[in-house]
Amino acid sequence: MGSQGGFYQSKEFLDLVKSIGEARSKAEEDRIVLGEIETLKRRISDPDIPKFKMKEYIIRLVYVEMLGHDASFGYIHAVKMTHDDSLLVKRTGYLAVTLFLNEDHDLIILIVNTIQKDLKSDNYLVVCAALNAVCRLINEETIPAVLPQVVELLAHPKEAVRKKAIMALHRFYQKSPSSVSHLVSNFRKRLCDNDPGVMGATLCPLFELITIDVSSYKDLVISFVSILKQVAERRLPKAYDYHQMPAPFIQIKLLKILALLGSGDKQASENMYTVVGDIFRKCDSSSNIGNAVLYECICCVSSIYPNPKLLESAADAISRFLKSDSHNLKYMGIDALGRLIKISPEIAEQHQLAVIDCLEDPDDTLKRKTFELLYKMTKSTNVEVIVDRMIDYMISINDNHYKTEIASRCVELAEQFAPSNQWFILTMNKVFEHAGDLVNIKVAHNLMRLIAEGFGEDDDTADSQLRSSAVDSYLHILGEPKLPSVFLQVICWVLGEYGTADGKYSASLVTGKLCDVAEAYSNDETVKAYAVTALMKIYAFEIAAGRKVDMLPECQSLMEEFLASHSTDLQQRAYELQAVIGLDAHAVESIMPSDASCEDIEVDKALSFLNGYIQDSIEKGAQPYIPESERSGMLNISKFRNQDHHEASSHGLRFEAYELPKQTVQSKIPPASLASTELVPVPEPVYVRESYPTTTVSSASSDAGSTELKLRLDGVQKKWGRQTHSPATSTSSSTSQKTVNGATQVDGSNTSNSRTRETYDSRKQQVEITPEKQKLAASLFGGSSKTEKKPATGHKISKSSSHMVEKSHVPKSSMEVASEKKVPFQQPPDLLDFGEPTVQSNAPSVDPFKELEDLLEPTTQVASAENHGSTAAATKSPDIMGLYKETPAGIHNKDDSDILSGLSNPPVTNMLGGTTKTQVAQSSKGRRPNLKDSLQKDTLVRQMGVTPSSLNPILFKDLLG
Amino acid sequence: MIHFVLLISRQGKVRLTKWYSPYSQKERTKVIRELGGEILSRGPKLCNFVDWRGLKVVYKRYASLYFCMCIDQDDNELEVLEIIHHFVEILDRYFGSVCELDLIFNFHKAYYILDELLLAGELQESSKKTIARLIAAQDSLVETAKEQASSISNIIAQATK
Repeated sequence: MGSQGGFYQSKEFLDLVKSIGEARSKAEEDRIVLGEIETLKRRISDPDIPKFKMKEYIIRLVYVEMLGHDASFGYIHAVKMTHDDSLLVKRTGYLAVTLFLNEDHDLIILIVNTIQKDLKSDNYLVVCAALNAVCRLINEETIPAVLPQVVELLAHPKEAVRKKAIMALHRFYQKSPSSVSHLVSNFRKRLCDNDPGVMGATLCPLFELITIDVSSYKDLVISFVSILKQVAERRLPKAYDYHQMPAPFIQIKLLKILALLGSGDKQASENMYTVVGDIFRKCDSSSNIGNAVLYECICCVSSIYPNPKLLESAADAISRFLKSDSHNLKYMGIDALGRLIKISPEIAEQHQLAVIDCLEDPDDTLKRKTFELLYKMTKSTNVEVIVDRMIDYMISINDNHYKTEIASRCVELAEQFAPSNQWFILTMNKVFEHAGDLVNIKVAHNLMRLIAEGFGEDDDTADSQLRSSAVDSYLHILGEPKLPSVFLQVICWVLGEYGTADGKYSASLVTGKLCDVAEAYSNDETVKAYAVTALMKIYAFEIAAGRKVDMLPECQSLMEEFLASHSTDLQQRAYELQAVIGLDAHAVESIMPSDASCEDIEVDKALSFLNGYIQDSIEKGAQPYIPESERSGMLNISKFRNQDHHEASSHGLRFEAYELPKQTVQSKIPPASLASTELVPVPEPVYVRESYPTTTVSSASSDAGSTELKLRLDGVQKKWGRQTHSPATSTSSSTSQKTVNGATQVDGSNTSNSRTRETYDSRKQQVEITPEKQKLAASLFGGSSKTEKKPATGHKISKSSSHMVEKSHVPKSSMEVASEKKVPFQQPPDLLDFGEPTVQSNAPSVDPFKELEDLLEPTTQVASAENHGSTAAATKSPDIMGLYKETPAGIHNKDDSDILSGLSNPPVTNMLGGTTKTQVAQSSKGRRPNLKDSLQKDTLVRQMGVTPSSLNPILFKDLLG
Repeated sequence: MIHFVLLISRQGKVRLTKWYSPYSQKERTKVIRELGGEILSRGPKLCNFVDWRGLKVVYKRYASLYFCMCIDQDDNELEVLEIIHHFVEILDRYFGSVCELDLIFNFHKAYYILDELLLAGELQESSKKTIARLIAAQDSLVETAKEQASSISNIIAQATK
């Protein structure tokens, strides 16, 4: 078929390609392409260009766009070409539009009509071209326009058309399941198509349908099994064989489907055992495709109802993968192991060395896969080693996407299996320190919650130990430069809450550190806000404990700065701090009880305790509150909801609040706290509050009029906010002052109100997470781990009981299990020790690419070829290498079974571009026809003036060589 | 499913791109730059798989060309590796010991072949013979229509002038 390899484009196009090929820099390439775009723009808009010229221009446009430049000016011409009568032109048009346009492009609507017409064509090639475009371009809206025709085409006499129609229908299903849901029975029908290609294509949509709804396809189990059996027995035409395997791609698809259908279904699975076992036996593990099928078998076996014999075969296959020198197979082995340990956890033990080996491997892909496996294998016995490893790796990589993932995995494992508080805190520190900015803020909130709530409900000493070890390590860690913001927030909160709790550290030390933080991270307002609140808490605890509070000078200057801060949040916090310091011990204790962040707060939403006060005000002549619904006529008030107005007006009004004399604040607060003490504790759910700084700002906020704020404007605040806004401002100044006072108070309670709601929310979430985690645990580790994987709050119990559970669960083989477990996991250093010898064993692995590359080097060619021969002979590895070696030989001269000759051929043909004839002579029996082809091509191209540039001397090299 | 197919030369030049999931032109350029950098710099002994933004990219090098396919997390990598090989074998059969230059100058033909192999991101045909037959049928139409097109001899005449 060599004749088709010619180059039919015009000289111009060849020159373009050539010059781009020879461009020495990206800039030069861009310049050439821009020139080309100009030319094309000019030419393409000429109304009388001949069709074949137009076709070439469109192809040149495709080329330009492929190089990453914008060719949108030509899209419309590509669309026009699809209207052409000549299939040749039409085909180019369709190719161009499928490459240019995404399904949401405006021009699609211009093509739909053409597609409709072409789907009805009596030339099946036209129909095929249209169906290709349908798969790429038809979107949800245009599906109905072509759907009837596509369905009709399912019965087309040409199998190529039926196949594409199936794929198109599948695409429609993906885009809009509802539009084709009544047609899914067609897929079942086509499964019985007498063309294997159509049947194979039908497996794609069926796989997807079964993924979504297994139960309604259980009746097909028998059919699938019998198809798979026929395929495995080579009943399909020879044309479907691939590297001596009977239709492996179809086998793989079928195995995937069976895995779904047999999952958790003993009866269905029993039908599959024989055929899957057959495939296990028949698979040629020396070829890549054979291994692909084997891998799929393992996946299937680990998904369906377990069968001991098949599991054994799967385990064998896995150990072959893991022992292979090929990284690809090791990778698949690790992945397969991860699947199989769900069913038979003991299989992991025998592959310890191989796993450690992969973990030490310089190949990132393999390493990550191994971490995934370890993640699945984690128990309380091995958590320390695994998480430490993960963190080390996390520190070493730059890929943020993966860093985030592995960080969250570390956190998850640490929360679930932490052997001790100390370890837990240290681990979390490391994660935050190195990936802090990538960690979800929820993780930080979780950590704060965990420290606040403690692990065990009944064990207070453990909790306080946890807290003091956290404080210890945080005070220590604060010395480090540049900590991530999220981590600092956690540190500040914990120091504020528990910094002085155990009496180990003086208030001045902790506050000093907090001031340092606020100063050092002066452009991070969230951290500063956390720091100020922490300061407030420490001072409050000091006051409540009856000690005299001396504010450090740096703290004082910091406060002064914050009191004048542009951030209203900071300002408010600073004022709150100031106010708290001025109060007496009793008042402070009721606002800021120590270690009360987990207490429930009851909120009197109706603010009934203020009734007396309102009564008083009304008696003194204040206007009564009118609910918003009754005030709809007042324009300016309804506009209050509007962000801008809100900002402007509230700013003016609320400004007064800050100018209040201190005494009034003092005098006002006691009645409020007397009325309902449970309302007051400001710091209660502090972490929630701090994560949404805007909520606390409500009274002071001018710019914080965010949606969050608005959402929380229920009953209470309106009551008071309105009054200050409403015409009632005309009342005497003393009343207005009081109302304003009232407003500040009520704001206080309002915020705590909203806060409590948030705590409720967060509690609810907790409750939701727990069963999820348990489910995950159950699915990862089977029954025995159910008790082991505990929700985050239950560490203590899980830790202590896990051993017993394990043992009691496997009484028959308890000895084995226990011993096996001890060897690898109970002594963390063992993992490292194992690593060393195995690294060495890894050494003689051989890579085909590397060898081919070596062979390409003219200087070392002979030597390395010999080398290669000897290694090949020496290792005789019957794995993937064989495939690489055999493919060239296998395709071009099937009788040539000599691996070595297959090996020596490629370099020779490769050299064609430049060098010697001796090699041609040498080059032998193997690929002579190809050689001729290449020579012809070479001369042809040279005649056209294209020479392989110095940049890329191997353009002529056979890809398959 | 396969999200996209990329052919990149060892110099990082793009030889063919086919997108089965929607990517804007900007994203495409970014993807090519990112993946090109990552794949071209990988050592020869490593796996032919790369983790990439939660997806996986399977690549294989043939002479100076890297064939890459991006797939979902739960797809079978070895199978995709063989789909790549399958594609290369079909190209090889069509062009007669295919080399990079064939693909540079006849990239549109490579697209036609790819369209017969993959459709909507799935393998649509696994028989080389069927694909070869379909492509030949299309080409035979092209042959008859080719009179107006400049023939190879014309090009050569022009080039050697």
